Amino acid sequence: MSTSAIDYTIDHPAVAGTPSAASIDEVIAAPIDSKPSKGWWIGLAITGSMLGVGILSISWLFYKGTGVWGVNQPVGWGFDIVNFVFWVGIGHAGTLISAILFLLRQKWRTGIARFAEAMTIFAVMCALIFPLIHTGRPWLAAVYLFPYPNQHGLWVNFTSPLLWDVFAVSTYFTVSFVFWYIGLIPDFAMLRDRATTKFKKIAYSIFSLGWRHSNRHWQHYEKAYLILAGFSTPLVLSVHTIVSFDFAVSVIPGWHTTIFPPYFVAGAVFSGFAMVQNVLIVTRKYFNLEHIITINHLENMNKVIVLTGSIVGYAYAMEFFIAWYSGNPLEQFVFLNRALGPYAWAYWTMVTCNVVFPQLFWIKKVRTNIIGMFIIGVFVNVGMWFERFVIVVTSLSRDFLPSSWGHYVPTAVDFGVFIGSIGLFFTLVLLFVRVLPVVSMSEIKAVLPGAQPSRH
Amino acid sequence: MNKNLLYSVTALFDTPDGIIHAAEAVRNAGYKRYDVHTPYPVHGMDDAMELKDSKLGFITLGAGLLGGAGVFAFISWVFLAAYPNVIGGKPYFSWPAFVPVTFEITVLSAVLLTIGSLIVFFFKFPNNSHPLHDTPYMKNVSSDKFGISIQANDPKFDEAAVTALLSSLHPLTVAPVFYDEEELRHTWTTFDPKFLALLVGVALFVSGSTYLHLNKLLYLPPFDWMSNQNKFKPQTPTAQYDDTRMMRSAPDGTVARGFIPYPFKGMPDSAGKYLVNPLQPTSEALALGKTKFLTYCSPCHGNFARGDSRLRGQFPNPPTLHSDKVRNWPDGNIFHVITEGQNIMPSYASQVSREERWAIVHYVRALQRAFNAKESDTQ
Ligand code: HEC
Repeated sequence: MSTSAIDYTIDHPAVAGTPSAASIDEVIAAPIDSKPSKGWWIGLAITGSMLGVGILSISWLFYKGTGVWGVNQPVGWGFDIVNFVFWVGIGHAGTLISAILFLLRQKWRTGIARFAEAMTIFAVMCALIFPLIHTGRPWLAAVYLFPYPNQHGLWVNFTSPLLWDVFAVSTYFTVSFVFWYIGLIPDFAMLRDRATTKFKKIAYSIFSLGWRHSNRHWQHYEKAYLILAGFSTPLVLSVHTIVSFDFAVSVIPGWHTTIFPPYFVAGAVFSGFAMVQNVLIVTRKYFNLEHIITINHLENMNKVIVLTGSIVGYAYAMEFFIAWYSGNPLEQFVFLNRALGPYAWAYWTMVTCNVVFPQLFWIKKVRTNIIGMFIIGVFVNVGMWFERFVIVVTSLSRDFLPSSWGHYVPTAVDFGVFIGSIGLFFTLVLLFVRVLPVVSMSEIKAVLPGAQPSRH
Repeated sequence: MNKNLLYSVTALFDTPDGIIHAAEAVRNAGYKRYDVHTPYPVHGMDDAMELKDSKLGFITLGAGLLGGAGVFAFISWVFLAAYPNVIGGKPYFSWPAFVPVTFEITVLSAVLLTIGSLIVFFFKFPNNSHPLHDTPYMKNVSSDKFGISIQANDPKFDEAAVTALLSSLHPLTVAPVFYDEEELRHTWTTFDPKFLALLVGVALFVSGSTYLHLNKLLYLPPFDWMSNQNKFKPQTPTAQYDDTRMMRSAPDGTVARGFIPYPFKGMPDSAGKYLVNPLQPTSEALALGKTKFLTYCSPCHGNFARGDSRLRGQFPNPPTLHSDKVRNWPDGNIFHVITEGQNIMPSYASQVSREERWAIVHYVRALQRAFNAKESDTQ
């Protein structure tokens, strides 16, 4: 061991330096206690306008009907499902960080878990817009989405992937929300106790439920947290698996493959980490949290990105291999068509962004360079959006019968709703950093140097 | 301050070691109703306080099993009893396809019931009127201090002794905490007018919006565009036409797209006289003619047009096409028979296209020549 150049036993500290617990309070609560700066308002103005574009587009959609979208035979699934899968995928990083890394006892997660969980919830909210509005008349959606029998006593089809999806995504949202809220309770109590205005005091009192930091409570609380982490782990894997069933259980060439569940889950973690990494880079800079969200955390995230990116790249290659190996001419055509057909530009954008650029993270210099990793993170998100576009659109636009081929072109309303969902996401992120602690204070205090008794 | 309003005596410590030591000391002194308050869970505190393991996991297990088994049984009931329905040719009890929903509901019920009972039964929350709230003690343990609080309702409690014990542990401060007298005296009346007004307000809002939704919004243009479309339906009356019918028949002489009318209806002689086979008797034309002949004509006229039908007498035996009559017919007559039919032979115009009919004619001619071959044909 002594001759080895690298000591793998070194555990990077969860925070940089030796901040005191009280200073943690100050730093993390600073964005909540202070007045928002100009930059924040400008940011909110931008995201708010994007949200406005989305609201206008959705209003027009409700007024005219879903005919204003570009979807039609044969491409009956367009931007709506592409964006849905994209956003659900973004959410996966949060649960992975908060649950799986918790079970794996990865201390470095404490600095980023809260933020990632919040992003999970916002991303799933963005995702849920699409299945709701694609019904065209969402106030009737209760009739389509909730499992109750129709006037003939016929129940919904519990064996249909689309119904599984309803259960999976709504369960995922609920459990993520509960997980997040449970984590927030001690922090709400702490904000309550340092609140200076009456309004804040009442609001944080309500949300803290009257938490007293009692050890008799902490005992059950920690147990509950472990249970939640234990449940969230299979849950997060199930969600994108079931989303992939929407495709894999059908018989369309290019969709009907068994590789879809693991491939979708890896892709989801991939895009989610890229998104969390991007937003954290801005936040830590902006709120001076560099010693709490350290470069080590970002580097670790980049390692996850390069790992999942390689899995995704492997899946792309495997799809081509199986198309050739299966000897199924339809399958072979679909993949040739992806790489060389009318949507080849989308395919190659996807490959460049998802397979080529993230590989640069093997180089330590790139992995620890803020600008470099930010740019690659953006590329990954663009690439992953295109992945869903390629899967959905190329398979549908040219399936079995050349006579029923078609070309899908999204309309301005399609883009408007997508822009709106991006606006909603970042508006929520901006509001979140203002009203809630972006780092779990009770967790970060517990991993500070000297925070635990010396005997243990 | 009124002695009866004393809730507890508290002490604050600066380090985790200090609080662990204090908790052990208080426990050893035999106190039962005391609690430790720390800004984050301190390792080893449960042992120091001799707390039993949390029983929360049993609730999770029970809730998960109940939810999972319940929903599986429910789906089975739906597919086996409520409305048996063959879906995708699978058996009614396709249990593997019940797994995803069962799994999700297991997780959902386990999580919600665990957290619900955690908050309501284990924590007895929400409770914002606890005497410890709004004390300097609470503010300190919220931030970075560690506190211990021995309650006045402990059987061994004696204010002086407790204070002495806590002071001996080198705390930062020792302080008593009192109930808030005003809060204790405050009584809540159910029939508070403000509360009743709120209830009425909520009721009005909910019923009003439900009514507007179900009775007005759904029938408001443009949201009724799917049911009331801007078009005429065949069975509706109209003032636009004299016969008041919306359903119109096509004007005389209308033909379908790509359709060429047949000019020799009922005129076999003219057909024979004026029609000429437009196809060259190439091998492709003959091959096409053969396929179509075998498909459409051979059941009645026989594979070689010899009138040896496969109908076994269930249909009057059709004639041979090798008769002198047919052999001497011009091509147009055969074409005419296929197009129009003849007596009990029906028309094949709708099944066999124009071009295919002429190909059949070529093929019939080839068959005729084969069956009546001359010496010269063999050379
Ligand atoms: C449903 C059985 C049936 C089929 C199928 C059928 N025919 Fe006939 N065909 C008849 C009968 C019966 C007659 C005799 C009609 C009559 O009494 O004049 C006939 C008569 C004819 C004649 C006139 C023969 C004559 O001596 O007057 C020709 C030519 C002919 N068929 C050609 C065809 C061709 C070519 C086809 C294929 C497109 C065909 N038929 C398909 C039943 C059939």
